[in-house]
Amino acid sequence: MMEEFFLRALIAGIGVAAVAAPLGCFVVWRRMAYFGATLAHGALLGVALGLLLGIDPVFGIAASSIVIALIVTGLQRQRALGGDTLLGILAHAGLALGLVALAFLPSVRFDLMATLFGDVLAVTWSDIFWIYLGGSAVLAVLALIWNALLAVTLNEDLARAEGVPAAPVQFAFMLILAVVIAIAMKVVGVLLIVSLLIIPAAAARPYARTPERMAILAAAAGALAVIGGLFASLQWDTPAGPSIVAAATAIFAVSFTLGTLGKRIS
Amino acid sequence: MPAVPGTPVMSPEARAPGLLIEIEDLAVKFGTATALSHVGLKLSGGEIVSLIGPNGAGKTTLVRVAAGLIAPTAGTLWRRPGLRLGYVPQRLKIDRVLPLSVRRFLALAGKASRAEAETALGEVEAAGLMEHSIHDLSGGEFQRVMLARAMLRKPDLLLLDEPLQGVDLGGQVSLYDLIGRLRDRHGLGVLLVSHDLHIVMAATDRVVCLNHHVCCSGAPEAIRHHPEYVALFGPEAARRLAVYAHDHDHDHDLAGNPVPPEPRP
Repeated sequence: MMEEFFLRALIAGIGVAAVAAPLGCFVVWRRMAYFGATLAHGALLGVALGLLLGIDPVFGIAASSIVIALIVTGLQRQRALGGDTLLGILAHAGLALGLVALAFLPSVRFDLMATLFGDVLAVTWSDIFWIYLGGSAVLAVLALIWNALLAVTLNEDLARAEGVPAAPVQFAFMLILAVVIAIAMKVVGVLLIVSLLIIPAAAARPYARTPERMAILAAAAGALAVIGGLFASLQWDTPAGPSIVAAATAIFAVSFTLGTLGKRIS
Repeated sequence: MPAVPGTPVMSPEARAPGLLIEIEDLAVKFGTATALSHVGLKLSGGEIVSLIGPNGAGKTTLVRVAAGLIAPTAGTLWRRPGLRLGYVPQRLKIDRVLPLSVRRFLALAGKASRAEAETALGEVEAAGLMEHSIHDLSGGEFQRVMLARAMLRKPDLLLLDEPLQGVDLGGQVSLYDLIGRLRDRHGLGVLLVSHDLHIVMAATDRVVCLNHHVCCSGAPEAIRHHPEYVALFGPEAARRLAVYAHDHDHDHDLAGNPVPPEPRP
C-alpha cells in the first residue's frame, strides 16, 4: 500500500510536469531557456519578499518574475551587453539578493534547501489544490494564445503584419511562465525548475511532427520523469527533486539516441 | 488636410482610383541614426515596383513602414482604406526544434480553410508540398510557401522583402515569373526588394533606387543611365543592370528538371 505522502507527491509532481512541459516547448522553440532560468533564480528573491511582507510566497514570486520580465524586455534594445550576459546578471543577482534578504529574517522558520531543490514529499492537499488550479489556468491561457504565440515564435514581423497582437501575447506567455515557476518550486525547487520545462520538450522533439504533438509528448515525458524519479527516490533514498530531473535526463538521453539513430537508418 | 505622421489618412478623393499606397516625405530614425529621409513612393494595383540599393540603404525599413510594422518619424503613409497586405519578410529561418508541416504553417496565416490553403499552394505551383516538413524544403520551395501564405490573406498589395534569397538561379527566374503571373491574375500591386543591385525582374514597372533617400526611380531601362545610379554604383554597375528579359525555351520544375514553357499572355 502506497503511503499517502508519496501519493500526494505523485499527484503534485505529475500535475506540475504536465503543465510545465507544453510551456517548455515554447521556451525551447523561442530559445528562452536562459530567460526561464533567470525567472526561476529571481524567484528566490520573490520568496524572500513574500516572507518580508508577510504574503504568500507565490505572490512574491509572481511579482519578482513580472519585474524581471519587464527589465529583460526593456533592456533588450540596448546593444552594450549581450542578452546572455544580461540574463546571467539578473539570474544571479536575483539569487544572491534573495539569499541576502533571507538573512535579514532570522525569526522566520525557512527551509532554504526546500526552496532551492524542492520538497515534493512534503506537499499538502492544499498545495495540490493550488497546483491544479494554477495549472488549469495556465493551460487555459496557453490554449487561448497558442496559435498567436506560435505565429509570433516563427516570425514576429510576419505575425504582426497579419494582425497578431504580438506584445500582449508575449507578455501573457511570460505571465503564465511565472505562474508555472511559482507552482513548480515546491516540486523541484528554483534551481531545477528549468529542467522540467526544457528536458521533456527536448525529449519529445524526435517523435513529433506537429507542435501540438510535441507538447502532448512532452507532458507525457514529464509525467513519466516524475513517476520514475519519485520511485527511484523511494527505492534508493535519494532527494526527490533531483531524482525527478535525473529521470527526465535519462528519458531524454534514450529519446535522443533512438531518435538520432532512427533518422540515420530511415 | 495635414496628416498625422504615421497615421493612414482617409481622404481618397484627391488620389488616383487605383492607388494602393502613398508615402510622402517619409523619415525614419532609429535613435540618432537616420534610416530614411524624404522618401516618397506611390504604388497602384497591377504595378510592380522593385527596390534596389546598397546594404543598409533602408529598403527593409521602407517595406516595414509600408507593412505598418514601424511608425514613421515624420511624413505620411496613406493606405487605401481596407487595403489587404500580403507580406513576406526577409530571412525567415525556422528552427528545426519546432516541428512544422507546410499545412500547419499555412494555417497560421489566419482563418483560412483547408481548401483555401490548397488553392493558395496550387497558385504558387507547389501543391505537392502540403504535407512536407517545412524544414525539408529547398530555398525555392520555401519562398513559394511564403508566397502562398501571403496570398492566403487575399492581398491587394504584396510586400516582398528579398523573395529570391536562398533560391538558385534557375529557381529565381521561375519565381519572378510566378510573381508576375500572380500580379496579372489578381491585379495585385507588388513592392519587391531586390536581393541584387543589378538585377530586377523584367516585369518591373518601376525601379526605385534607395540609399536612405530615393536616389532615382524610373523604368528599368531608364534607370541605369541615371547619373545618381551611376554615381552610387559606378559605371560598371550601370552596365550590369541586367534586366530579366530572358526568353528561354523551357522552364524548370521545383526539382530543377527542364519542362516545356508555360504559355504566356
